[in-house]
Amino acid sequence: MTNLFNYIDRPSPIHSLTGATKFVCLMLWSFAAMSTYDTRMLIAMTVASIILFAVGRIHFKDVSFMFGFMVIFLVLNSICIYLFSPRHGTQIYGTCTLLFGMSGKYALTAEQLFYHFNYVLKFTATIPIVLLFVTTTNPSEFAASLNKIGVKYSIAYAVALALRYIPDIQRQYHEISQAGQARGIEMSKKASLINRLKAASGILIPLILTSMDRIEIISNAMELRGFGKNRKRTWYMARPFRAADHIAMVSCALLVAIALCLSVVNGGRYYNPFV
Amino acid sequence: MIMDNDILVELNDFGFQYNAQTRPTLFNINLKVRRGERILIAGPSGSGKSTLVHCINGLIPFSYKGEMTGSLKIKGKESKRSSLFEISHTVGTVLQDSDAQFVGMTVAEDIAFALENDCVGEPQLHERVRKAAEMVDIGGYLKHAPGELSGGQKQRVSVAGVLVDDVDVLIFDEPLANLDPATGKQAIELIAKMQEQTGAAVIIVEHRLEDVLHRSVDRIVLMQEGRIKADMSADELLSGALLSECGIREPLYITALKYAGVDITPKKQPASIRTIVLDEADKKRVREWYEDTGASDHGLTGELVRIEGLDFTYESGKVHALKDISVSFAEGEMTAIVGTNGAGKSTFAKVICGFEKESGGAIYYRGNDISDLTIKERAEKIGYVMQNPNQMISKVLIYDEVALGLRNRGVPESEIEERVETALRICGLWRMRKWPVSALSYGQKKRVTIASILTLEPEMIILDEPTAGQDYRHYTEIMEFLTKLNRIGMTVIMVTHDMHLMLEYADRAVVFSKGCIIADDKCYNILTDKEIIREASLKETSLYELALKCGIDDGTDFVRHFIDFERKNVRISDPVAEGVYD
Repeated sequence: MTNLFNYIDRPSPIHSLTGATKFVCLMLWSFAAMSTYDTRMLIAMTVASIILFAVGRIHFKDVSFMFGFMVIFLVLNSICIYLFSPRHGTQIYGTCTLLFGMSGKYALTAEQLFYHFNYVLKFTATIPIVLLFVTTTNPSEFAASLNKIGVKYSIAYAVALALRYIPDIQRQYHEISQAGQARGIEMSKKASLINRLKAASGILIPLILTSMDRIEIISNAMELRGFGKNRKRTWYMARPFRAADHIAMVSCALLVAIALCLSVVNGGRYYNPFV
Repeated sequence: MIMDNDILVELNDFGFQYNAQTRPTLFNINLKVRRGERILIAGPSGSGKSTLVHCINGLIPFSYKGEMTGSLKIKGKESKRSSLFEISHTVGTVLQDSDAQFVGMTVAEDIAFALENDCVGEPQLHERVRKAAEMVDIGGYLKHAPGELSGGQKQRVSVAGVLVDDVDVLIFDEPLANLDPATGKQAIELIAKMQEQTGAAVIIVEHRLEDVLHRSVDRIVLMQEGRIKADMSADELLSGALLSECGIREPLYITALKYAGVDITPKKQPASIRTIVLDEADKKRVREWYEDTGASDHGLTGELVRIEGLDFTYESGKVHALKDISVSFAEGEMTAIVGTNGAGKSTFAKVICGFEKESGGAIYYRGNDISDLTIKERAEKIGYVMQNPNQMISKVLIYDEVALGLRNRGVPESEIEERVETALRICGLWRMRKWPVSALSYGQKKRVTIASILTLEPEMIILDEPTAGQDYRHYTEIMEFLTKLNRIGMTVIMVTHDMHLMLEYADRAVVFSKGCIIADDKCYNILTDKEIIREASLKETSLYELALKCGIDDGTDFVRHFIDFERKNVRISDPVAEGVYD
């Protein structure tokens, strides 16, 4: 079984930033990467994100499942763009350099290729940072810091609890599906997709029922211990903001500023090497 | 009144009716709980124990709505005019399932939870958490996640999470439910210790009377059908017949004394096997009874399943869950698999059923290697019933649920009808076949899951904790039912923590410890062997001590006689002749 959202406790400079810092940085970083098509900046951010990934002491195998998932998504996305809009690059960059002497609607152009390259770069600049956020942020500490930046604590706690229960629910799903298989519910690749979907829905009902039981218990346990009593609460895992947090947030804000400046310098979001 | 300040909880002519129900759950409850008292609330399922506890801790009326009559005062203040949060400062509750009530990501956060909600800031927050953790001996585990703890440790965390708030009343809702026998004993000792240190009043809700009485209690409140049936000392209660009338199991030594014709009176202090005083005449009666009853072992036929050198390691490669397991099960045998949490019992059952793939060794079924068979193919020979029936039930109607396995196998509908009917009749559910599953009690749901396995006509059935969370009546019902299945030829394997179950119903016990089998013998030999008891975290049966007290040297043989006497005289006479019990 692969845990999708798994905090990996492996002390590093990234781990020691507060959850709120990391969350704000993630937002700023993504905004910068998504707003610009400047190739130089995207390459720089990709390199930086890979370096940060290493600084966070997260190994590729820790996130290989999610990484694979994202790569597939990216490839599909690129193919779709090409199918629906094969001359998108030409429109953007204003020139048309046909490659390999092809012609026709789907002829490959240097502009289109360059556009795709930039498009992929946006993701390579962001994906490692998203994965880094998920694996280095302790859910409780994240809840504490979300609360600190103004999110209501009941919502912040719900987020933390959800993250905490994901592995539990995965384990239950596994157990229920095994019991189902023993009674002939075919879940293996031998069955057709439709049958597998049907079988999965059969597992969903017991999963929901057992989860409802647990929700009742946990909400009782929380109320009995005073959850919701005051408008504020303190957090055992709360950490004060330190210099590193401020530096990290300022750096990411700078990235956004650079991205905005570049769009002025380039006269638009795109960096155009063709003219 | 004098000592008025010491009354923490006071109920006067109190009653409660849930909004969704047509009649009240509690009637005319009169109860006082004073500082420093230790009270046990006992009663069968549905007697209103949990409702009473919810009233005291404030979940009623603040979370569960309904109508209250009479008066319920917490520290002199009428509870309905208070709030759940105010009450939670006086009354702390440790819920039954310490797994599900874990709120924090780590031990420390869980203990801190109540303080966080109270806006306790640094440095007191960390300091008070550390102190509470040390009080229950869990200080070394502050950074651990709940999944890394044993059942007993989890419970300690829950206790610390309540103690951290300096409450005056501590409520334990079925504290023994998920614990192995030795850990249960420690839990009772811990509760007593906490009470002595804090001076709080303790209310324990539990139907495992003998285990709770390991440490003395001041009073036992016996509930039945929403009323308090008795409120007296343990010595008085055990001397009368009220317990069995209410469907609560009395301690085994008391049962044995009654079989021997010993008159039990409060003066003999029967609350514990350690305190009970027996005179010479009593001892003589026990000895005579022992000599009069014989013991027999019924013979078994051929071997059904043989396991050789089974090895299993979880995917992560870290946990070597089963090490070189070799064991065999005879046809028609009823076996208990016992051991601590995490000893490998459930893993063993799952590997046999093909839920997990062994990393070494072989499983033979009637001499044929079944290692290559899939889950589905093995299920036709070996049925597996999970502990929680809610995890297995996916259809709305009982009939459909039981027919599911056959329909998936493409069996013709006419044959399905026949096989489902047989299974439902055996399980006593035929009358209810058109009912929705949701209308059933937990025990009945359990029978539905067993019926749904029986339709596949396996020759062996493995049950994970078949009686967990059941009161004595449902326990007896399920176990008599399994015994009946066993008598009509089914081989039954039960994974269990329950020493009574093992002693009374299993022919033999296989004891797991740290992934190995450390004993495989008759139950009476195992439950009287000090070495095995210690290693597998079991508990010596009180019958053994009774035998020694009465001057019977061979305690093991005494236990054996007792079991045989029960099987011959007390149980259903002839389940086969009785036929389907629908």
